[in-house]
Amino acid sequence: MTRHQPLIALVGNPNAGKSALFNAITGARQKIANYPGVTVERKSGRFSFADGRPGELIDLPGSYSLDPTSPDEAVTRDVVMGCQAGERQPEALIIVLDSANLDQHLVFALELLALGLPTVVALNMVDLAERDGLTLDAARLAADLGVPVIPTVAVRRKGLTELAAALDTVILAKQAPQAPLGEPDMRARRRRAETIAHAAIVSQTDSRRWTDRADGVLLHPFAGPIILFALLFVIFQAVFSWASPFADGLEAAAAALSDLASATIPEGFFRSMIVDGIIAGVGSVVVFLPQIIILFFFILLMEATGYMARAAFIMDRMMAGVGLSGRSFIPLLSSFACAIPGIMATRSISDEKDRLTTILIAPLMTCSARLPVYTVIIAAFIPQVAVGPGIGMQGLVLFGLYVFGIIGAMVVALVLRSTVAKGGASGFLMEMPKYQLPRITDLALGLWQRAALFLRRAGTIIFAVTIGLWLLLTYPQVPAGSSMSQSEYSAAGRIAGVLEPVVAPIGFSRDIALALIPAMAAREVAVSALATTYAIDAPDEETEALALGERLAGRWSLPTALAFLAWFVFAPQCISTIAVTKRETNGWKWPIFMLAYLFGLAWVAAGITFWTATALGL
Amino acid sequence: MLLDQLPTGQRAEIAAIDWSVLPSDEGKRLRALGVDEGASVSIRHRGIFFGRDPIALSIGRMTVAIRRAHARAITLREPKFGAEAAE
Repeated sequence: MTRHQPLIALVGNPNAGKSALFNAITGARQKIANYPGVTVERKSGRFSFADGRPGELIDLPGSYSLDPTSPDEAVTRDVVMGCQAGERQPEALIIVLDSANLDQHLVFALELLALGLPTVVALNMVDLAERDGLTLDAARLAADLGVPVIPTVAVRRKGLTELAAALDTVILAKQAPQAPLGEPDMRARRRRAETIAHAAIVSQTDSRRWTDRADGVLLHPFAGPIILFALLFVIFQAVFSWASPFADGLEAAAAALSDLASATIPEGFFRSMIVDGIIAGVGSVVVFLPQIIILFFFILLMEATGYMARAAFIMDRMMAGVGLSGRSFIPLLSSFACAIPGIMATRSISDEKDRLTTILIAPLMTCSARLPVYTVIIAAFIPQVAVGPGIGMQGLVLFGLYVFGIIGAMVVALVLRSTVAKGGASGFLMEMPKYQLPRITDLALGLWQRAALFLRRAGTIIFAVTIGLWLLLTYPQVPAGSSMSQSEYSAAGRIAGVLEPVVAPIGFSRDIALALIPAMAAREVAVSALATTYAIDAPDEETEALALGERLAGRWSLPTALAFLAWFVFAPQCISTIAVTKRETNGWKWPIFMLAYLFGLAWVAAGITFWTATALGL
Repeated sequence: MLLDQLPTGQRAEIAAIDWSVLPSDEGKRLRALGVDEGASVSIRHRGIFFGRDPIALSIGRMTVAIRRAHARAITLREPKFGAEAAE
């Protein structure tokens, strides 16, 4: 039985509290998908009318008008006008207005009302407006707009019943807006919006007092950046230290699962595939879940409070230096944990060229998967000596690798902006919202959705890729009694044979070439791959790393080790990043470009390191 | 006077905007935010120490960040002295 469910769209300016209203109406009954062909999220959810009939609510991207300036705004226009592929035209609209910013938000509302769809207006955040000394006459507004106007406070679920009832009435009556509203251009609409807003305002006092006071400190030319960097420091600390017990737990769980599978599945193809392929491969990516959740907790918190726009404001000048804008700051920051959420976060960048450049340099931010590789090599080759009070040589090298990545990213951004991503200097026009207290349930919901998205990816793309890599490493199988190891004899081993002449000039042996192949799944796999190659059988990771360090110190020269570090600063050794890039850029062109330029850079960087170190007699 | 020269905290009315020097999307976005001829604006904050760029503009009940390069496309009516004291 398929019952016709009316489709209702939530529309409004950015910062109208649309998403909070959407969460309040639909609760956890939400579905996030993509509109076909574009990287714009389609957020939909179920709700019920007063009599229990179900309806579908979609949360359209916040827009300023039906004349789009970004892919997000284009989707909003196409959906409300009924010409978005794969979407029916909504039966009714809920226009969400910020009560404290009526004259601005009514401009878009007037344009939407002229479409003639049954409409209800949600006069949202009335509580904040009242706190700021603003009293509004909803009845007067309803009379002027010709549609029902319902005062709502999304975060306290106020006005939701009334909203559903009003919606029911306008849908049943197929009630189009009643006042003549066909204002042809934006200036005329703006004048009209101001008239209507002023008529609806009963009394007002100076608003934004709290926001102005906070901005006085947070946007202060000296205190502002210091506060931002202190906050970033806390976030980094949290991502790396709070996450480790959970990551250890997940690792232990993966190990237990693989023991269980080994014990229950008979030896052979399936056991090897499940234990060595799936559990090991997917497990190595899922381990990053705690870090990603902590990172997103801070990012969602910064977004919900309104601080994110201020962080972008402070960083804009520096980003402008390499042809980007403040909007690229958050995606790049996220990439220090993992490039996958970083690249996904580029969706908020409205300029296409800016977005592309940000995606292409995101893998140069030192993600946490590089840390295990760096740690092993540094411990084995860099002496533990102090170069200054409290500054150790090893820590300095690690810090240098981070800086190396950032400088590389800046240079690449500059080059890309004047070549493949050429375009006019991007602007940085951004509304700075009022500061707000975040709502815990909205944060929790957001975190849950990010985690689910990441796990779904681990369960699909990464799953498939790890099986592919496992096949390469397992077949053909080494004949009994051969002196070759399985990894040397396998298809991957033969590929390493082909790679060897390519990487020999930069100081890499065949063993290293062989370790680089499984490390395509995730960089830190290089550690266990090297351990396998040098036949280390250690009971746990720490002893493995320690034993591996000793073995490497005996076999690699210092120039080779330094070249190996330089390689990992640039090499795109993460199939998941490539897969996400393919999805976010809608094609194979840019992921292939990314692979080529990063491998090229990695080769050159490792080469220069190797040749210089050799020439210096290290 | 151009917008980027307006002293912080002082209110002024926009006399003209040279749309031709703004990228078309940027112009559209400016208009959508109400930054248009006749609008009354003031500068709330300037960016961090080097360059003091971008600037945070107060328009209506909003604060909008804009780069100085684009603020230079906006010409202001000379403010009437004395009228500012009330702000």
